[in-house]
Amino acid sequence: MSLVFYLITALTVAGGLASMLLKNTVHCALAVTVAFAGLAFFFLNLDAQFAGFAQILVYIGAVAILVVFAILLTKGSETPKDGVFSRTWLSGLAIAAAVFAMLGWAILHTASMLPGATPVPTVTVRQIGQALIGRYVLPLEIVAVLLTVALIGAVIVAMHEKEGTK
Amino acid sequence: MTPLAGYLLVAALLFSIGLAGALTRRNAILVLIGIELMLNAANLNLIAFWRYGPHPEALTGMMFAIFSIAVAAAEAAVGLGLVISIHRHAKTTDLDQMNRMKG
Amino acid sequence: MQEAISFTPQLTASPIAEILWMIPAVPIVAAGLSALLKQSRRKASATLAIASLSFSLLLSLYAFAHVVRAWAIYGAAREVVNLTWFQTGAVNVDLGWVLDPLSAVMLVMVSFVGLLIFIYSTGYMEHDENYTRFFCFMSLFAGAMLGVVISNSLLLLFICWELVGLTSYLLIGFWYQKPSAAAAAKKAFLTTRIGDVFFLLGMVWLFSQSGTLLFYNHGAGSLEPSALAGLLATPAALGLTAAGAIGLLIFAGAAGKSGQFPLHVWLPDAMEGPTPVSALIHAATMVAAGVYLIARVYPLMHAGALAGGTTTALTVVTWVGAFTAVFAALIAVAQNDIKRVLAYSTVSQLGYMMAGLGMGGVAVGMFHLITHGFFKALLFMGAGSVIHGCHEEQDIRKMGGLKSDMPLTFLTYAIGMLALCGFPLLFSGFWSKDGILEAAQHWSVAKAPLYMLVFGALLTAFYMTRQVAYVFFGYWRGGKPALESPAVMTVPLAILALFAMALGLIGTPAWPWFRAFLDGHAAAFAWSGFLEPGLLTLMGASTFVVFLGIGLAWHFYSDRSPSPQEPDELERVIPIAWGWLRDKLYVDEFYGVTVIAFYEGWARVSDWLDRRVWGGVVTGVAWTFGLWAQLNRFLDNNIVNGTFDKGCDELGVGGGLLSRVQTGRVQTYLRLLALGVVLLAAILIWSSRA
Repeated sequence: MSLVFYLITALTVAGGLASMLLKNTVHCALAVTVAFAGLAFFFLNLDAQFAGFAQILVYIGAVAILVVFAILLTKGSETPKDGVFSRTWLSGLAIAAAVFAMLGWAILHTASMLPGATPVPTVTVRQIGQALIGRYVLPLEIVAVLLTVALIGAVIVAMHEKEGTK
Repeated sequence: MTPLAGYLLVAALLFSIGLAGALTRRNAILVLIGIELMLNAANLNLIAFWRYGPHPEALTGMMFAIFSIAVAAAEAAVGLGLVISIHRHAKTTDLDQMNRMKG
Repeated sequence: MQEAISFTPQLTASPIAEILWMIPAVPIVAAGLSALLKQSRRKASATLAIASLSFSLLLSLYAFAHVVRAWAIYGAAREVVNLTWFQTGAVNVDLGWVLDPLSAVMLVMVSFVGLLIFIYSTGYMEHDENYTRFFCFMSLFAGAMLGVVISNSLLLLFICWELVGLTSYLLIGFWYQKPSAAAAAKKAFLTTRIGDVFFLLGMVWLFSQSGTLLFYNHGAGSLEPSALAGLLATPAALGLTAAGAIGLLIFAGAAGKSGQFPLHVWLPDAMEGPTPVSALIHAATMVAAGVYLIARVYPLMHAGALAGGTTTALTVVTWVGAFTAVFAALIAVAQNDIKRVLAYSTVSQLGYMMAGLGMGGVAVGMFHLITHGFFKALLFMGAGSVIHGCHEEQDIRKMGGLKSDMPLTFLTYAIGMLALCGFPLLFSGFWSKDGILEAAQHWSVAKAPLYMLVFGALLTAFYMTRQVAYVFFGYWRGGKPALESPAVMTVPLAILALFAMALGLIGTPAWPWFRAFLDGHAAAFAWSGFLEPGLLTLMGASTFVVFLGIGLAWHFYSDRSPSPQEPDELERVIPIAWGWLRDKLYVDEFYGVTVIAFYEGWARVSDWLDRRVWGGVVTGVAWTFGLWAQLNRFLDNNIVNGTFDKGCDELGVGGGLLSRVQTGRVQTYLRLLALGVVLLAAILIWSSRA
């Protein structure tokens, strides 16, 4: 566990926590962007360069922007009067804690079985491209269709209703 | 603690944070943000296992993560579109007030 | 003299024997038909009764003639017809009837006297509204009595015996609205029942010992030598053999029916019934059934006697008979009801018959039975005529001087009275009673019965003369003047009077036809019969006694005619003894204090037990059930229903609670999802670890 790892961890966790705790919704969106960035660094640390850059491009470049747009469109920048947390926030927190406890326990319990340091894999983009077209061509095509459908769907859902058509 | 275990723990922590937010915040968009965080944590899991797994040259973990990112993006788009639509209808994104499904 | 009755040969059944069963059956059928008639059909009922009994009489006469002819040819005659009634396992229950001299003479006597009384009753019961019922019962009685007479099976005899008892009860209590009549009927039934219990015991014992209930069955019957030998060989208690014990048990039954002491108490009370009933049942026939029974089972009673000797059973019979004869005669002296005098006289004469059977054998007892049947029926019917003529008055102190008002009745009654007293020579009673005295004279055991019976004869003459003096002599002490009875009543009286005189002829020592007929040997007319040792002395003595009795009574009662308020003439002389005699020597009172009190006590105990204990048990059980039912209801309502209702409520509440999950909010569902995942994972981990 190198220092880099701890730093990235700190960044990411901070970003995540901030995104969930801040009152202003826009600040939350920006915080989660920081968390996304931290995750990209994690991917780079794990020698998954392609995944890391894809993360930056897609998440920070598209999803975060999209979230901010949505916040702006729904007047989320105003601080609500009742408070930002649900009335029954404690049960939610407890459940999340339980989930973390379970996951943590599972991980720590089997930590000895997990493989240790392994040699760094060399992955070229050429390999990834070939895999995409070769072995994973079907998922690729399906994801393409999915994206198309999602696009159309999102547009239809978010579109202003025309008068007279329901 | 092996490196893999460390990454997994981090991923678990992130997942839990995202879950906690999704379960407690009032704003619907913040719930979506929480969900995105959870997805990202899962991606981290995938990449960690790919890296420290037995056959990284098969690229299975990487591929999985990439497709996950793509699908997550699509899902975020649709979800936010829905939130906007709901906001247009109910004039609010407060989830505590949306109990039309109440039985 | 006793002789063992042995008959040879036993012939196969002749036609008359085959149809002998019709003699009792026809009157019973007539009774059944009569029962279906309405009360208004009086003529039809009487016609049925008289016609059926006439038919029986004709058949009986024919049977009698047949037996006489057979006796004349073969010297002895007994025909039996037996049939098996049913079988249970290895046991055959047989019935049958027998036609021999004993049954033949009884058949003729019963049906003849019965027919005369039936005809008499049409006059006597003319004003009674229950005329039809009367003849129905009388027919039934006649049929049952004839059944007793012909039966060859102890079982059939017992059945008819009980039927006779039943009809006696029905007829004594004919005017059942009178409480005294109902009580008398009950008393008669219960007292004879006591005897019948012993009879039944004897019958069962005889059946178990000898294996058959038939009397005669071509050598296999219970009164035939082989069975008797077996019975003699079996010892019973108190030094008796089985034969003697059974004989005593059967005698106990006969003692009930024939009114021997101490079971005589019902007979005087039975006078509550109409006079024809008293005449037929309680004078001539039913009470004679007991004597007939002893005569029928005489081989059993006599079994084991040495030549010239006697058995224990017969000795008991003799003593009881002799005692009864004197006992009842004493009481008769002090009675003031015309029928009661005759009732006690009947008891006394039955004692004579039993003593005659015990000491002299079948023929001696039966001869007196036959003659008694005729003259006692005559006396009762005459008394009925007197009562009818005196407008239903029965107290002899309120009568008197009737010999001029009711001459026919007086004449026939006098004949009957003289026959009963045993007035010498002309009257059958003299010959039959002398037969008994003669047997007593030669009895090997003791001489006391002879003296008792002679004393009884004295008393008989005395009380009958007293009665006749009170009723027919002196002056009239009643209300309205007396009237002679119609011909339908007096003609039977005359016929009976004739027989009362003529029957003596067949029983004289010179020509002992009756004895020979019954005993099964030839009879010859010989004046030398009178020269038996001691016979003429005895005849002289009994004659003297009769005249003494009549003379004494005449001295006391002729032309005195005391009214009811004045004491009786004899009472003036012996007031205390008179009181005892008038009160029937307190036998009823004794019973009341002992037996009846005992039973009443038991009845009270039973009642208490029934009401408190058994009733309490029943009530307790019912109460327990009620409690149980209450408990069940409580359980059902509160626990079962309550549980169910509560369960439903809880379900409702639970449902209400659970429905709170459906908040409609997405985050709730998300939380539940996450929780579910945690749980699942936990289970998976836990199960894989285990």
